[in-house]
Amino acid sequence: MNRRDFVLGSLRTAAGVGLLGLGLGLYSRQASSLPAWALRPPGALDEDRFNGACIRCGLCVRDCPFEMLHLARLEQPIPTGTPYFIARDAGCEMCEDIPCVVACPTNALDHALTDINDADMGLAIVSDQEACIAFQGLRCEVCYNICPLRDDAITLDLEQNLRSGKHARFIPVVHSEHCTGCGKCEEACILDEAAIKVLPRHLIQGELGKHYRLGWEQQQQAGGALVAPDAEHRYNLPEGMRYEHGGEGLIEDSTPFPSNPLDTLNKP
Amino acid sequence: MHDYPGQSATAEQGWLKAHKWLILRRTSQLGLLGLFLLGPIAGIWLVTGNLSASMTLDALPLTDPLLLAQSMLSGSLPVMSGLIGALIVLAFYALVGGRVFCSWVCPVNLVTDFAAELRRRWAIRASGRLSRQLRWWLLGLVLLFPLATGLMAWELVNPVTMMHRGLVFGGLWGMGLAWLVIAAVFLYDLFLVRRGWCRHLCPVGAFYGLIGAGAQIRVTAARREHCDDCMDCFEICPEPQVIKPALKGASLGLGPVIRSQDCTNCGRCIDVCSKDVFRFRLGRGSAVLPAAPASETAAVTAAIRRSSSRQSNRSGNPPISRSSNRSIHLTHSNAGNSANASTNATH
Repeated sequence: MNRRDFVLGSLRTAAGVGLLGLGLGLYSRQASSLPAWALRPPGALDEDRFNGACIRCGLCVRDCPFEMLHLARLEQPIPTGTPYFIARDAGCEMCEDIPCVVACPTNALDHALTDINDADMGLAIVSDQEACIAFQGLRCEVCYNICPLRDDAITLDLEQNLRSGKHARFIPVVHSEHCTGCGKCEEACILDEAAIKVLPRHLIQGELGKHYRLGWEQQQQAGGALVAPDAEHRYNLPEGMRYEHGGEGLIEDSTPFPSNPLDTLNKP
Repeated sequence: MHDYPGQSATAEQGWLKAHKWLILRRTSQLGLLGLFLLGPIAGIWLVTGNLSASMTLDALPLTDPLLLAQSMLSGSLPVMSGLIGALIVLAFYALVGGRVFCSWVCPVNLVTDFAAELRRRWAIRASGRLSRQLRWWLLGLVLLFPLATGLMAWELVNPVTMMHRGLVFGGLWGMGLAWLVIAAVFLYDLFLVRRGWCRHLCPVGAFYGLIGAGAQIRVTAARREHCDDCMDCFEICPEPQVIKPALKGASLGLGPVIRSQDCTNCGRCIDVCSKDVFRFRLGRGSAVLPAAPASETAAVTAAIRRSSSRQSNRSGNPPISRSSNRSIHLTHSNAGNSANASTNATH
């Protein structure tokens, strides 16, 4: 082999490998995106870092006592070999000892997670108020009752039922600071298609602009008005009338029935 | 005169003797697979996980060091159990031979061995030419990806882990399209390039070869003077280039031990040889015979360079500096192993 052959041979190999690498690189970008309906086990690093750290051994899958984790197969639109679960099929039961994290031989499932209530697998959202029967005024509350962090992650807010005019609606409300995204609510939803879903947090959670201040909170923190003293509002009302803030509106300042009944009768 | 390699060995020494290491090897491959399948099929969980990382009897962690390396290169800190597991695996293969993984453990070997066997039976001679160095380039690529992109890109397509994971986690009918990848490897080996996957491309094998560069269990052509040039060992060997210096290097002053890291320690050469030329031995032996006087060292070096010019460089240096490196290495081992070599001569 002379020098020319060697250089040309190496170049040819390098070009071939380069093409292969390009193909693999492009494919890996495509193949490393997680669909929103697939959730990672508790403690999983954020998706990009998870795809680098996970060695696809399936120890988390095997150590899950509820067998709700799976390894992605080649034909699934999930990075091949990585663990996932589908909330609608079976949510995470939130074991206190977190066996899946303990089993992980890398930090793909972050071993710093020791309290399962700090897990962040996603965030629940009542995604369809038209379908959810609680919004129709019916009593359901299944998602609320099955929530492992009931009253923290999901609360029921009472609202007036405007349709009947005399009943209450028990509206499920998710609280993002407590929800772990375990998916039990979506699994348990009684509808044919769940009206409460667990999705990756970044897809659904809003965030107030950093510069934004809520006046009443600032006022409460400061213990008073921050710009100028609040002026007492003066109403310019007809004589004998006052404004009732509880919803009555403009009313007479006096008692409805004066002591002399004739006064009422003679009123213009 | 031969219909297939090992024919005369079978005729002279019996079928069992001519397939001893093959049977042991298949037992090992299928037995390990069986151990992993015992859990999902029979509910007996001796081993969980797969070849990427496993836990045996809740006590012995084993981790694929190549995968852990990729994981760490992506910027993730390892966990103690994973690290210990990788060190155990590293130590084991460093001792018994890195590519023992390929021939005794890897499930893809069943497929590629089958392809090679069919190739022989159907007399498919045509084979595409492919550099055996490709696997080193690919290994570089595999390690570069997590470093550069933070993604373990290789694991998206790796047939080795894909096959084992598919079998253990899905069973024969549950591994999905991973079958296509395995079938592709099979057809590629069968029709396109002889031993194309394991010998030319597989970066996993290249990595394990690297681990086992100094392995202590080796095949030696101890009775090479009895060789009758039937070529059966070359025919059956998955890495035939490793045999030549050991078997035919006596006149060049080369030792009888197969020292190449490419050797998979599969033992098939031992099986098929009717003259019992080969056997396993402990220790690496020396590269050259003690009889070679110091003045001939240069000639010996040149001979090695010729006979194993394709041998991959251990140190990872660019190929252009390989020959000079090797000669330095040889003169060292010459001096260091002279005592060792004299015991060799008795074999």
